[in-house]
Parts: sequence; C-alpha cells; structure tokens
Amino acid sequence: MNTVILLTLTGLGLAALYFLVASGLSLVFGLADVLNFAHGLFLGVGAYATWWAAGNLPGAGPDGFGFVLAVAFGVLAGTVVAVLVELVLIRPLYSRTIEQVLVTVGLSLAGVALLQATWGADARPFDRPAWTREVTSILGAKVSNALLLLIIAAVLVLGGLLAFLRFTRYGLVIRAGVENREMVTALGIDVRKAFTLVFAIGGAAAALAGALGGVYFGTVSPGQGGSLLIFAFIVVVIGGMGSVVGSAYAAVVVGLLQQFVNYYGTTGLGDLCVVGLLAVVLLLRPQGLAGKVATA
Amino acid sequence: MSVEPILSVENLSVRIAGLHILQGVSFDVAPTGVTVLLGRNGVGKTTTLRAIVGLTPRNGEVRGTIRMGAQSLLARPTHRLVRGGLGYVPEDRCVFAGLTVAENLRLAERRGTTPAYDKVFALFPELDRRGRQRAGSLSGGQQQMLAIGRVLLNDNRLLLVDEPTKGLAPKVVTEVAEVLERVAESVPVLLVEQNLAVVRRLAKDAVVLSAGRVAWTGNAQDLLLETALTKSLLGVGSGEVPASARSESGLRAPQSRAKDGAA
Repeated sequence: MNTVILLTLTGLGLAALYFLVASGLSLVFGLADVLNFAHGLFLGVGAYATWWAAGNLPGAGPDGFGFVLAVAFGVLAGTVVAVLVELVLIRPLYSRTIEQVLVTVGLSLAGVALLQATWGADARPFDRPAWTREVTSILGAKVSNALLLLIIAAVLVLGGLLAFLRFTRYGLVIRAGVENREMVTALGIDVRKAFTLVFAIGGAAAALAGALGGVYFGTVSPGQGGSLLIFAFIVVVIGGMGSVVGSAYAAVVVGLLQQFVNYYGTTGLGDLCVVGLLAVVLLLRPQGLAGKVATA
Repeated sequence: MSVEPILSVENLSVRIAGLHILQGVSFDVAPTGVTVLLGRNGVGKTTTLRAIVGLTPRNGEVRGTIRMGAQSLLARPTHRLVRGGLGYVPEDRCVFAGLTVAENLRLAERRGTTPAYDKVFALFPELDRRGRQRAGSLSGGQQQMLAIGRVLLNDNRLLLVDEPTKGLAPKVVTEVAEVLERVAESVPVLLVEQNLAVVRRLAKDAVVLSAGRVAWTGNAQDLLLETALTKSLLGVGSGEVPASARSESGLRAPQSRAKDGAA
C-alpha cells in the first residue's frame, strides 16, 4: 500500500513538472499557433537563474525568504527571456510555421549551448532549503517535501491560470483567441498583445518548473529543459491544444502511467507506454481530451 | 454618386495563393442606407469585404485603394480599422462557441467608450435572457443576432455584413432583415446577400461582381426590375424568390416591390 501511495505521489510530482511546462506551451500553441521548441529553454533559464541567484544575488539564498527571492528571480528571468523571444524572433514569423519551427529549434540548441559554455556541461548541485531534503509521512509512505512543494505549486498555478482565464479581460481575449484569433481582431482587439502575454505566462510557469525541478532533483543541467519538453509536448497533444485543464488531466495521466509502469514493469517501459498512449489519443481523439478550447 | 461616399474602393486587386480573385474592382458605398454586393458564388464578394477590413490571408496580395472618408484603409491592421468605426459581421457568424453570450458581447466592448447594451437588447431581447448560455448552443438565428449585436455595441461609421441570412429559417430571415433595416437608418451598411427578397427590402444601391470584376452598379431596385439582367448577372431571376421567403418571412414579393418601384 505504501508503495502505491509513494508511486502515486511521485507520479503526481512528475505530473506537476509536466503541467508547469505544458500549460504555457499549450496556450501558446492554442492562441498563436506557434509550436515553440524553445520552451525548454525558459525552463533552463529559470533553473540556472534561480541557482545563480541563490549563490550570488544580494538578499537571496538557499533558505527561507532568500530562497523565495531566488525563485522569484528565476521566474522573472524566464519570463523576460520568453517575452524577448516572442517580440524579437516569433512576432515577425507569425503564420510562417516552417520558419518558426526552424527558429525555435535553433534557439533551443543555441540556448543549451550557451548554458553549457557559461556553466559547463555537467550538472551543478542545487542549493536548496533544508526542509525540502526531508520527508513527510503520508498514510505510511515517506514522501519528499520537494515533491510535495512541486505538487502544491502546480495546483496553485493551475488555480491562478483558471482564475486569470475566467475573470480577467485578457483571459477572455485568450479564450476567444484560442477559438478564432481572426475574429478577435475583427472585434477591434490587438491580439498580438495577448500573444506576448501567453509567452510571458508560459515562460514564467516553465521557469518555475525549472526552479522547483532543481529543488526536486538537487541539480541543474543544461539539457534538463529539452528532456522535459518532449513529455510536455505529449501532454499538450493528449490534453488538447489550448486547454489548461486538458493539460492538467493529461499531465496526471502521463505522470502516473510513467511511474507505475516503470516500477511494476521495466525501467523505460513507462516512457514507451506514454508514447503508445499518445498514438491512441491521436487515432481516436485527435483534438485531445479537451479539444481546442481555452477552458476556464 | 453625387454625395461623398463613406467608402470608396478603387481598382482593388486581390491574389490569394496564386489565384487572381479580384481583378480591379471599383465601387463606392453611399453614406446612408444599404449598398448590396451581389454576384454568383465565388466571384469575390466575401474576399472584397475581407480586403476592406484587412483580413486577407498572409499569403494574399492586395493592391488598389480603399478609402473611408479621407482615410486610406489599406495596410492598416484590422483591429485599428475596427476601432476606427468599421464594423464587421462575418459570414457564418463566427461567434465564440465556448464563451457565453455575455462574454461574446463583453469581448466586443471597446476601451474608452460606453457599450450600447440597451440598444442591442432592445433589438435582440433574447440575448439579454440568454446571457449565461454558451454561444455554441444557440440556434443559427440566435448566433446571427449575437454576431450583429456584438458589432452594434459600439458606434460605427460603416458596417460590413456578410450573408447574414445564410442558412436561416424564413421567420428569422425576416427578423434579421428588420434589424438591418433599422440599423441602416443610423449607419451605412455594405451588405453581401444572396436572398433577393432581402435585397429588395433593404438595398438602395447595388454592386454586382462577376469573375472578380464589377459587372454592374446602380440602383438596386432598378436592377431587380430587370429580370433578364439579374438572371444573367446572378444566375437567378428577380422573381425567383423562394415561396417560403415570401409567405413566411413577410418580405415583400417581387411583384409588389416592382409596383412600389414604379410608383
């Protein structure tokens, strides 16, 4: 029983990471039709910026409020990079899908190379609060506090995103834009501002994933974003492009499936099952679990 | 046209994906009443409206001149044109199916102006009653009302309305025609419409497109009197209004309008 609880919570922790990356990716694709292969870079920037801030930023540190400040700095860095990417590289290429893919793939590779050139290719130990290295007993299972932190953060981000989409003017514009971007402009709305906003939201969520992923794994490495991005894409497709709720459901399904199959089967079989699930969803429900609707 | 037109289109040429859809279209829209854009399927009516409102696809090429008053519209982004008073009701309504009726309307509100909900709800009381209903679950007629209502929330200098009665029941066609008639009392309308009974009721001026060019312009009622001309330009005689549209819709029958015109 303890094993099942532990596997469930570990799967949910993984799901939390996937969701934090996939939610922004999904909104960006749903609204702007941009398949952003550079999204993993925002995660890497968030992770490295948090790691750097914890050691170097005045007032920041690996514990207490200093750690909160370090994470805030990492999230801010990811957000700024995402906004710059949208304004400088993506905006001139809207409706030019092939060029977008080339630019975002190139940027992703260049970003990883830049992180490697600056801080080396090896993983760096991530200074984190002492309490995140401890465990909490839940129904007899000893669960890492870092894992619980990830899950709580993802739930808060999900709630915040849904409230934003449901109750704000920009949320309304994004939900409408996911359905019919052209009609949004035909109502006199500059939809490009919403594009920048979803990039900022996506960048912030991915950067948070990077920072909290660092806490969970205990290290940061240049390739971390890329490997998580593959599963985030799968989550986005399974959940439905443009649906935050769909991404949340899909992240939970993918995370749990991976954990349980990897444990009870063979390591790596879980990843294969996830790809199999993707194929099944594409065949039976190509629009994903929630279709192309920005659910509030 | 003796009075200054609200919209002037000159030598408009549109190519999309290698197809030369509009080939030098020129016409004016009067500052009052309804100007109707007619033509068989595929002659470029919708392309013309979309070019005016700046919605030609990115792989398209637009040339020529489009002016609203002294202002050139070409190459201006759509949202600026709309904020400048160009209201657009697209073909097939394009309401946001996942949003509620109230959210669809709220989306059309413009910053710095007071949305005219009273006017919209006076014209379409049903929209007020169905505020919390998802737009995707409305009937075709209700969706059309919502699409028109969205535009009427704001003051416009010109309305572009693309086939508002397409696919609607005769009774709803009448309601839509009545609303457009009332709207046209205060704002000029450039209307794309296939239903000649609606054209007969609403239109003052007509522009007929054929194969991407203007084939005829003039008084709409004069055009409809010429059965042979409408047959050759539109592929349907002016008398060939579906019986349902005449009897149920309450739209005036061609013969009676012909008498009106003669009078």
